[in-house]
Amino acid sequence: MSDRLSVLKTYKLYVGGKFPRSESGRVYEVTDSKAKWLANAPLSSRKDARDAVVAARKAFGAWSGATAYNRGQILYRVAEMLEGRRDQFVREVADAEGLSKSKAAVVVDATVDRWVWYAGWTDKIAQVVGGGNPVAGPYFNLSSPEPTGVVAILAPQESSFLGLVSVLAPVIATGNTAVVVASEKSPLPALSLAEVLATSDLPGGVVNVLSGRTAEIATPLAAHQDVNAIDLAGADTDDGLAKELEIAATDNLKRVLRPQPVDYTETPGIDRMTAFLETKTVWHPTGSLGASGSSY
Amino acid sequence: MPTTAHTLTDVAASESTLRRFLHGLPGVDAVGLEARAASLGTRSIKTTAKAYAIDLAISMVDLTTLEGADTPGKVRALGAKAVQPDPTDRTTPATAAVCVYPDMVAAAKQAVAGSTVKVASVATAFPAGRAALSVKLADVREAVAAGADEIDMVIDRGAFLAGNYMKVYDEIVAVKEACGAHARLKVIFETGELSTYDNIRRASWLGMLAGADFIKTSTGKVAVNATPANTLLMLEAVRDFRTATGVQVGVKPAGGIRTSKDAIKFLVLVNETAGEDWLDSHWFRFGASSLLNDLLMQRQKLATGRYSGPDYVTVD
Repeated sequence: MSDRLSVLKTYKLYVGGKFPRSESGRVYEVTDSKAKWLANAPLSSRKDARDAVVAARKAFGAWSGATAYNRGQILYRVAEMLEGRRDQFVREVADAEGLSKSKAAVVVDATVDRWVWYAGWTDKIAQVVGGGNPVAGPYFNLSSPEPTGVVAILAPQESSFLGLVSVLAPVIATGNTAVVVASEKSPLPALSLAEVLATSDLPGGVVNVLSGRTAEIATPLAAHQDVNAIDLAGADTDDGLAKELEIAATDNLKRVLRPQPVDYTETPGIDRMTAFLETKTVWHPTGSLGASGSSY
Repeated sequence: MPTTAHTLTDVAASESTLRRFLHGLPGVDAVGLEARAASLGTRSIKTTAKAYAIDLAISMVDLTTLEGADTPGKVRALGAKAVQPDPTDRTTPATAAVCVYPDMVAAAKQAVAGSTVKVASVATAFPAGRAALSVKLADVREAVAAGADEIDMVIDRGAFLAGNYMKVYDEIVAVKEACGAHARLKVIFETGELSTYDNIRRASWLGMLAGADFIKTSTGKVAVNATPANTLLMLEAVRDFRTATGVQVGVKPAGGIRTSKDAIKFLVLVNETAGEDWLDSHWFRFGASSLLNDLLMQRQKLATGRYSGPDYVTVD
């Protein structure tokens, strides 16, 4: 028998490319589906949320300005890194969601595939939802999708890994930056995903991961004047949290994605990408109309 | 300080008396100084005290633009912001001053006309200070003639570091004279270039002896600008100078103060070191540009309970 000391992992937040503890110094106990202690996770405060928004805002310019091709490469790199830590995530997902090892492996594989799927979309979404518009006038009229900005994401409570990636990847694929509130009950896969993101050429601040009480962190995020949109996937509870957050979000006209029943194992479609895209339309004069009409 | 008003009158009588005095100042305990500055920085200032501190800090800001690319338009915009920092909330106090290059003084003066906001101008071949005395004095006179209420001069660090204290002293005296009766003189030491805390203490006393109305840490143009430690040291100097001579001198940390949290830490230093008399924009200033936006965002947060963002303050 080995008499090594066990090396327990300290799970930390991921903010601005760094791994800080919660500003509040608090932690909470995370258990598996059978109530067995797994680890302590940081219990974030509203100030952690504020810091995360500052980091996300700082990262937005460079990330939204990167070429779609470059973003695709980076997201694909995330999938590569994830694949390399497959065993760890299988174990964490099995613990978190009470799945058998083989079922958890299916979930992790689907998650890796989800990254690859969205990586492919980065340089194609513009062709699908943008393009030239026929207009009655001497103009070339062009619409192109633009990222909304800083998006707060309340990750799904039950599907702690596949669900998380299914809401996160579409947000950053299109050039938004994200502040993610991990599943309250099972935050460990999300906190480990942060370690993958940190080693995937993803610039610091593009994704920020917070763990803690969803209601506590979501409230200041929903009211935050510098958050441009909020995905309420993880506010799918009976206590009216989603409605409260939606009301708080109206003040600066945040875009809100309401919680909806989703089967995360299915191919997602582009709805979650378009939910956080805005359309910019440019009218470009083509020159004067000749006697015979448009000159082109 | 083991000095009295009587002994200070002869200090600048000659190069050697000045040197003897400055080198006779007690050495600075660097570790103790930094520890004291750090421990004062841990005070928790919340709710009403925070609201008071934020308003006080706003009223102490010397809103600064010192870029080669400054235009009259930018200076006008800055002036408007100094007069009314937050147009959505008229209870926001005006800043203390705008700080510009001498050739922009006229534009700044026009922009703040009719308000309490003063116009400060850097002069004396800012930021390096490497020019002939006649050039520096001409620089000052032009700024004063254009209407500057305050002159921010830089000392000749080269002369200071070479031990040529009398030259620095004479220069400050000459600039003070060029300021005339109305313009207040701020003396910039560029603490980041003075190497040691002992030098900062000597420079502080040298500046005050020569007639500075304000002593100021830095130009904002070098790597190390205002730090809590060097500001604390200068606050001790002005406190001791008043004890020795009865003359009160202001302090202005400049450069690198960007957040409300930092600004409040400096205010704690002022209160705990120099005392309440200095908690006034006449005696303490922040040389800053981006600080004001952070103060305004914090003010909005306190007023509404919601975190504000850079979309709700002006881009300068």
